[in-house]
Amino acid sequence: MADTMQFDLVSPERRLASLEVAQVQIPGADGDMTAMPDHAPTITTLRPGVLSVSGPAGSEDYVVTGGFAEIGGGNTTVLAECAYAKADMTQDILDQLIAEAKSAHEAASAQALDDAAKLVADMVAMGEQIGLSAS
Amino acid sequence: MPSLKDLKNRISSVKSTRKITKAMQMVAAAKLRRAQEAAEASRPYTERFNAVLGGLAAAAGGSDNAPKLLSGTGSDQVHLLVVMTAERGLCGGFNTNISKLTRTKAAELMAAGKTVKILTVGKKGRDAIKRDLGDHFVGHVDLTEVKRVGYENARDIAADVLSRFDAGEFDVATIFYSKFVNVVSQIPTAQQIIPASFEDEGAGEATLYDYEPSEDAILADLLPRGVATQIFAALLENAASEQGARMSAMDNATRNAGDMIDKLTIEFNRSRQAVITNELIEIISGAEAL
Repeated sequence: MADTMQFDLVSPERRLASLEVAQVQIPGADGDMTAMPDHAPTITTLRPGVLSVSGPAGSEDYVVTGGFAEIGGGNTTVLAECAYAKADMTQDILDQLIAEAKSAHEAASAQALDDAAKLVADMVAMGEQIGLSAS
Repeated sequence: MPSLKDLKNRISSVKSTRKITKAMQMVAAAKLRRAQEAAEASRPYTERFNAVLGGLAAAAGGSDNAPKLLSGTGSDQVHLLVVMTAERGLCGGFNTNISKLTRTKAAELMAAGKTVKILTVGKKGRDAIKRDLGDHFVGHVDLTEVKRVGYENARDIAADVLSRFDAGEFDVATIFYSKFVNVVSQIPTAQQIIPASFEDEGAGEATLYDYEPSEDAILADLLPRGVATQIFAALLENAASEQGARMSAMDNATRNAGDMIDKLTIEFNRSRQAVITNELIEIISGAEAL
């Protein structure tokens, strides 16, 4: 069994990471999940949260706001709609994301209201997790 | 016969025109490189995305309760044409070609008795088709202030299109943009985005995935993103095409200006020579008359 697998984090605008990792912790829509080499093939959607990878080269954290992850035997690909390295995440960006989520919540129709509220809550929780406060 | 002064003015004016077109060409070349890099950077995302979505769609496509974005509304009466062009001119046939394709398609659809609605992205295309198809406009997206198209722009356009779709305003959506092949060749393209169409490529790629939450939920989540992704890819192709078209147009213009300067300079020298000869003849014949 391989100790590491190929991990790619891509957003529409660029490829953020492409490295060999031992495990990836993914903020899945239904809860966090950790993928390790030879994980069963899975596709999951993401909620806003922190994605952390650890491998021979150390561990790294990324902030993702949504999208999906494709886990195959030998590789894991995360397609994030919007992703930042944790170090690049600032209060300003978080505020903007939360503001966007809130305005989406206000504009949401009755049936999508719960989803939109969850999105706002996820954003706030994500901010707390990385040590930024939601205004 | 223009006077020497006229010619001189003319030459200096063409020279400054050449300077401008040369500068524009170089700016376009720099921007083209950036646009190509952006298009390149988005490719991994788009490819993976389409592969996954294609696999999901193939699995769910047959069922009756497939999302409307995938299966369509069951009719194809109302067509929405999303026409994406540049915000600026002076880029050769770029805007004209997209507008021409749109006009042809719109005429075809109308001849078949369909209703056509048009959403324009980019000022130039809007101006170009306003005269023929102005009655069909339902909206316009202004990107004048946007220096570099980002995913947010695509998402906003997609949100606009999707809300219209949810409101039942149209059945089929097609985007018009220009595919970048190389600097001298950009192909105006029409691509249907709603209902989503995928080429059957995943025959060999039959990995069985676990889906979390459920297959349907993921599909419902991904399809709207798919629209945004396709629009984003088209916007990037368009940006690269625009700069490519502008670059070759300005290259031509610079060369033409150079040719024109050469021609005018020869004319200028000839008429100067003619003036000198004339003066000489006058002096000599004056001297002989004495």
